[in-house]
Amino acid sequence: MAVITDFALQGAQMLLVLLMAPLLTGLVRKMKARLLSRQGPPLLQPYRDLLRLMRKDAVLADNASWLFRVIPYLVFAATWVAASLVPTFRSGLLFSWTADLIAIIAVLGSARFFLALAGLDAGTSFGGIGSSREVMISSLAEPAMLMIVFAIALIAGSTQLSTMAAFMNSAEVGLRVSLGLALIALTIVAVAENARIPVDNPATHLELTMVHEAMVLEYSGRHLALIELAASLKLLLYISLIACLFAPWGISPAIIAPLPILIGVAAYIGKLTVLGALLALFETSIAKMRVFRVPEFLGAALMLALLATLLRFVSGSF
Amino acid sequence: MMVTVALFGVLTLVALAPIAVAMSASPNATGFVYGACLIVTLILFLLALHSLLDHPAASTITLPLGLPWLGAHFRIDPLAAFFLVVVNLGAAAASLFALGYGRHEETPQRVLPFFPVYLAAMNLVVLADDAFSFLLSWELMSLSSWALVIADHRRVENRHAGFVYLLMASFGTLTLLLAFGLMAGGDGAYAFDAIRAAHPALGTAALVVVLALIGAGSKAGLVPLHAWLPLAHPAAPSHVSALMSGVMTKVAVYGFIRIAFDLLGAPQWWWSLVVLALGGVTAMMGVLYALMQRDLKRALAYSTIENIGLIFASLGLALAFKAYGMHVAAALALTAALLHVFNHSLFKSLLFFGAGSVLTATGTRDMEKLGGLIHRMPQTAFVFLIGCTAISALPPLNGFVSEWLSFQAILLSPQLPSWGLKLMVPAVGALLALSAALAAACFVRAFGIVFLGRPRSYDAGAALETDTNSLAAMYALAATCLIVGILPGIFIDALAPVTQMLTGARMPVQTDAEWMSIVPIAESRSSYNGLLVFAFMVITGTATAFAIHRFASDKIRRGPAWGCGYPDASPLTQYSASSFAQPIRRVFGSLVFRAREIGTMPPPGSRAPATLTVQLRDLIWDFAYAPVANAVGLIADRLNYLQFLTIRSYLTLVFGALVILLTVLATWP
Repeated sequence: MAVITDFALQGAQMLLVLLMAPLLTGLVRKMKARLLSRQGPPLLQPYRDLLRLMRKDAVLADNASWLFRVIPYLVFAATWVAASLVPTFRSGLLFSWTADLIAIIAVLGSARFFLALAGLDAGTSFGGIGSSREVMISSLAEPAMLMIVFAIALIAGSTQLSTMAAFMNSAEVGLRVSLGLALIALTIVAVAENARIPVDNPATHLELTMVHEAMVLEYSGRHLALIELAASLKLLLYISLIACLFAPWGISPAIIAPLPILIGVAAYIGKLTVLGALLALFETSIAKMRVFRVPEFLGAALMLALLATLLRFVSGSF
Repeated sequence: MMVTVALFGVLTLVALAPIAVAMSASPNATGFVYGACLIVTLILFLLALHSLLDHPAASTITLPLGLPWLGAHFRIDPLAAFFLVVVNLGAAAASLFALGYGRHEETPQRVLPFFPVYLAAMNLVVLADDAFSFLLSWELMSLSSWALVIADHRRVENRHAGFVYLLMASFGTLTLLLAFGLMAGGDGAYAFDAIRAAHPALGTAALVVVLALIGAGSKAGLVPLHAWLPLAHPAAPSHVSALMSGVMTKVAVYGFIRIAFDLLGAPQWWWSLVVLALGGVTAMMGVLYALMQRDLKRALAYSTIENIGLIFASLGLALAFKAYGMHVAAALALTAALLHVFNHSLFKSLLFFGAGSVLTATGTRDMEKLGGLIHRMPQTAFVFLIGCTAISALPPLNGFVSEWLSFQAILLSPQLPSWGLKLMVPAVGALLALSAALAAACFVRAFGIVFLGRPRSYDAGAALETDTNSLAAMYALAATCLIVGILPGIFIDALAPVTQMLTGARMPVQTDAEWMSIVPIAESRSSYNGLLVFAFMVITGTATAFAIHRFASDKIRRGPAWGCGYPDASPLTQYSASSFAQPIRRVFGSLVFRAREIGTMPPPGSRAPATLTVQLRDLIWDFAYAPVANAVGLIADRLNYLQFLTIRSYLTLVFGALVILLTVLATWP
């Protein structure tokens, strides 16, 4: 019986992240529009876009190979699996030990690796520019992320997200310099990884400024739908990650009881709304930066995270 | 018993050399030699596997060869057995690949006799149990591989590569000779057993570690001793390149482990500081160099340097833990290093085979002339992609597992008491993280430019799929990469006898963990399950594909590429290897390579083409090698006149030298 409930809860988590992801994207878009005094698209618009894209024919470039058709599924599957492994409403889910935080970051890395390949497949210069800039950004964002993981793992004594969340929820944490540095660095990395302003603009189609959009320029129909969905899932993943590490309040412990789980779901939705609103506010209050300013931005994240790790190595009290 | 059979196998390999010479006129020579090599190395592989898994006790033999008072000692212990597995698996794969690839060789008689000797020599280095046999085998390995590097001696860059390689190899052997001499002491106790029993003084041990690091490190490709590697590895025929990069560098790692972990006994903590720093710098520099290369095989060779850096960083951690008596942590770090040794031998061989197939099919290694090969060579593209994913440390393949274990070892290191290590380890961790991310960029570039897009030359557009034997070798390696990636627990457990022997501890038994997870310390601390990650990705991916095709749309239309509406007339407008690396060159290269881009734009009306020149400087070569080379050249010039003296002058010189030597001898304390 317990096994069935465990499976059901894990399945619920998978469905929850999949269904919430477009809503979160819609929410951020709506809030950004409101902040700019525009009406903005309805909250449910991303779902409609996805359904419409799914039903359309996929147009492939003459030169596109089999890999080009496989990659959207790969990217989607990898992102979805990664997003399902981050605790949202309840920690210690059935498969939570499948991958620790380092492995989750690496699974996302796999998704990016293949997406960057897709950019090169059609043999256009836009795909190339997107891929080459994407790997430049990721070559700094990924190590920064790893150093953040190191810093937090050294405090929590684990890289397992459930254990980390439980530790961060306990009284042992306290205010620590290294945690503050890690939070700033994680925010920068999350902004860069999700192609948000000021690193990239998810709404742009101005040729020379786009990174992510240039890379997926040749995709259409169901393939594009999957990639958009994967992008939404990734945004949800990073927000869940920040919530789980730095605001772990309300996450249900690994027990089977309806009330804590309900509280967990409600708290999770509340956290998504607040963090999504903060993202919208941040994006509207800052201008996009030149591509070659991005390494400095991410380099700052890397240095902050390295500093946080170093502090942990030097003394246990930071 | 084991070791006798292994020596018979080695003897068979050596005997193949004269047979190859005798058969050189026959068209069957290639098939016979590589076929025989394949069989013998497979037997040796199974033997080594058997002794690693079932016979932790050492098997030794002493033959009446070599130095008369010493004899030739050979021995298989768990460490040797593990490296024999790596050597012979790589050798078997290379032989199988060469069954197909070797048929395209222009001058097989320059490769065939040396190939089996090279395989035998690598086996002998690992089997040797005294300093004399070790050095002799080491030198045989260097010389036979040198002969293979200059197999295509008509190309001037290959001759240059051979020359640099020969110099560096002799230098490396010299330092190893000194290291063993110091360990053996004045009485010449060259057998490893005697060396193990004698505990050298602290100063001597430190000197030995430094010398071993130089000697083994120069063969493995540690920065700044790596200069020969990216020249020599690509110059050899591709199956030999695979052996040199995938296997011979591992034999060098074996040499270092044998000396630092086994022969010298208990380590000092500061050794690890040196090893860690070198490892981190090597990893970072290796991958940055790799990103700047246009030559596919040279990029792969530089990537070997990166992986060697990762291995040495893990070895450094293991030394640190061992020095402070943290045996379980040392076992974890050593397992990470050894597993990466195994993994790298798999995917680097695979990638060199792929590069060899591309070279055969298109006649070029220049990435700027390739492209679109996924359409012409779909199978090669598929296996090469698996190799690229594995080497980029991406789950669920094997490269990630060893990288993950290294990171877990780093996370244990705040417990180390020394301040130097407390500051060094996070810095090395950051370097490893950076190099892992850059490696992914490097292999997106390698695969994307070579196999994707549109062909950049006529030859790339007319390439044909490679032969069955080559494909079989590549598929076998790719499958092994996947198996190690999804079932790493089995392979980690197989390494337990080695860590038990060298650190006195082992990682927890992994095959007991639920669902074949790997759990380095405790499940609440960290765990990773490659099998489930793989299964989840496959299941969700296929289920999504099925659902979408069934309920939404499965129609495909073909059209010209969109490209924001700009028609790309020529394939040359695609991103090239150089332009792909441009952002990274700009971020990292201005510091590391003093990279400069000089663009000239002709004035309006002029018909002269605009140009863009990229200047990269190899600072290590400029500051470490060029001065030495210049000094040697200068001295040679100055001393040249000694060659044209009269007989009287020579007699005077000989007499003078004799007097000086006798004086020195007489006044020697």
